[in-house]
Amino acid sequence: MKKFLITLYAGLIGLLSLPAQAAVNILACEPEWAALASEIGGDKVVITSATTALQDPHHIEARPSLVARARKADLLVCTGLELESGWLPILLQQSANPKIAPGQRGNFEAGNYVKRLDVPTSVNRSEGDVHASGNPHIQQDPHNIAAVADALFKRLSDIDPSNAAYYQLRHQNFASRWAVAIKKWEQMAAPLKGIAVVEHHQNMEYLIHWLGLKNVGTLEQKPGVEPSAAHLTELLAQLKQQPAKLIIRAAYQDPRASLWLSERTNIPALVLPFTVGGNPNSRTLFNFFEDTVQRLLRAQK
Amino acid sequence: MLKHTVLMAALACAFGVSTATAANNNDLSEIRHELKQMRESYEARIQILENRLKALQPAQPAQVVQETTKETQAKPSIGNVALPVPKNAFNPSIALILGGTYANLSQDPSLYRIQGFVPSGDEVGPGKRGLNLGESELTLSANIDPRFSGKLTFSLTPDNSVSVEEAAFETIALSNGLGLKAGRFLSSVGYLNSQHAHTWDFVDAPLTYQAFFGGQYKPDGVQIRWLAPTDRFFQVGMEVGNGVSFPGSDRNKNGFSATSLFAHVGDDLGESASWRTGISYLQTKAVDRTYSDVNAVGTEVINGLSGSSNLWVVDGIYKWAPNGNATRTNFKLQGEYFRRTEQGTLQYDTQVGDYRSVQSGWYLQGVYQFEPNWRFGLRYDRLQSGTPTIGLVESGALTAADFSRLVHFKPTRSSVMLDYSPSEFSRFRLQFAREKSRPDAIDNQLFLQYVMSLGAHKAHAF
Repeated sequence: MKKFLITLYAGLIGLLSLPAQAAVNILACEPEWAALASEIGGDKVVITSATTALQDPHHIEARPSLVARARKADLLVCTGLELESGWLPILLQQSANPKIAPGQRGNFEAGNYVKRLDVPTSVNRSEGDVHASGNPHIQQDPHNIAAVADALFKRLSDIDPSNAAYYQLRHQNFASRWAVAIKKWEQMAAPLKGIAVVEHHQNMEYLIHWLGLKNVGTLEQKPGVEPSAAHLTELLAQLKQQPAKLIIRAAYQDPRASLWLSERTNIPALVLPFTVGGNPNSRTLFNFFEDTVQRLLRAQK
Repeated sequence: MLKHTVLMAALACAFGVSTATAANNNDLSEIRHELKQMRESYEARIQILENRLKALQPAQPAQVVQETTKETQAKPSIGNVALPVPKNAFNPSIALILGGTYANLSQDPSLYRIQGFVPSGDEVGPGKRGLNLGESELTLSANIDPRFSGKLTFSLTPDNSVSVEEAAFETIALSNGLGLKAGRFLSSVGYLNSQHAHTWDFVDAPLTYQAFFGGQYKPDGVQIRWLAPTDRFFQVGMEVGNGVSFPGSDRNKNGFSATSLFAHVGDDLGESASWRTGISYLQTKAVDRTYSDVNAVGTEVINGLSGSSNLWVVDGIYKWAPNGNATRTNFKLQGEYFRRTEQGTLQYDTQVGDYRSVQSGWYLQGVYQFEPNWRFGLRYDRLQSGTPTIGLVESGALTAADFSRLVHFKPTRSSVMLDYSPSEFSRFRLQFAREKSRPDAIDNQLFLQYVMSLGAHKAHAF
């Protein structure tokens, strides 16, 4: 009996410790971080993304499948800045995985490593869905991606030191290709400087800031509040006076408000991929930025 | 020396300021020139350094990046306003729920009963007529230390009484998928039971919850649960409680008086849909759980039930949204089946006899969001009281009519609702229900409800 128990115990220990030997299990909250983790982690990591580009990252259900994935994750890569506050806390609570709890090594928040825009001086819910730590939609500026890549490579090496050299090599490779790509995109996007755009939600600020576009209006009167007829009418009157070049929205957003405005103003309504996987051309981080810049260039002509 | 300086100063004063200015101008332009040269040379040097740094950057990024999260928190990224840490930074976060209804009921709510079922307490039924303040909920919650978090929810009732809805601590750092909770909490049996009333899709609880739990089952006890390390969500858990709340009663005994077990499994169906289903078991014991009834000659009598109650619950939930994006449209289908066996003794006045009942019930509801902020829902409730075996009736001492509340019936209710949520923090609901909970009347109920969430609003479970 004793022997049996020892065997059983040894077997259990073996079973429990097996995953630790295998690849680092990463759960990314958004597809851009899954793509970035894959650039750095290569085949030493297993990655899934909790959301797709066609989902609104603010409004996700803490689905059973996500709880199961969070339970097994060694590293959680999220934007932070309260973007996931509607679902991540419950996911963390239900997954009972202390490795990825806030403040632990396994909990990586990309928003901590970039220069944030729109940091409010005061917060009040009457202002809509405001984020006290600043605008969380940081992924549309490639300089932010580079900064997050630097931090993520370090964190990965910290969690999995045996493969640190591998991660460093992959990161170097990525960073140099990325720097070249940024230069190329910035040259390509030079004609976009100063063009006036209207956005659906305040989720394009980093793109606008990066390319030097001019934001002249938002379809949502307040962040997270659905575009109202009254506000759209106001915007229509404003655009009749001072036209904009483009009405931009993310792939996951309801097209109706931008189409309504586009019809009445003859300003093209443009869907941007917003993140990796937002359209069939945006399968990788590189393609995603390339596609974004090209779409903007084509549409503003 | 001093003399010279004084002399110079005197001379300067005597010859006027203009000469001095001229001299200064010459000096200034010279200095400017030198400064310009210096700046140019520095700029060139900085440029070279910058170029070198750029070339090095991919090779040694580690030196540029901040070390750990802790450091980052200490030094926020450049360009951000560093918010001062307020004195109340460690205070628990506060969440407040305000609710209220307007009810228009065709039947007198004081006559409300669910025929065939032993009454389960005061919280059942459609509530009062007219304008009513609902229960206001105040929740305080915070992490206690690196191992535990705690939460307290008060319920402030419209008649100015305060009750403790929930008061429990929970582990946050147990590994291997284990979690432990202790205090008063919403039990994880079934699906709807663990959800707060303000998140319900209808104004009132399903009839099954009203008949079998008297609302919601909230033990004072301990819960332990384990999440399996599988790809598919699989969770099992156990609760032990004091068993005071319905269907148990206070037994003045050491040990545990209520035990529940639950298992849930769930997964996705492609990108658009997900589901969860489960089975739960609850065993409680009661000693002299009294209720009032009307006997065969119309006199009110107090009966007492003692014995054990075994309840099984099967629950299922299915949620769908196009591409998993629930913002514009989404749908959810939810249903639960309850089956309870009670066995023990029933006391009528001074006479005592055996008692056994098998009762069941179910509800099914669907809620569809057809527009952002607007939802439409349907619900159907059905209970099956069965006919209890009552020893005193079998022996001929009394007749079935002496236990009029336990006479067999199949209560049903159909509800339809429409709700509008201007934001995720506010909701207005219109609900119409047709309830047949007793044979002698049909109650047509119209409700208007508001639910408001203030403060640190917790994320909702699936």
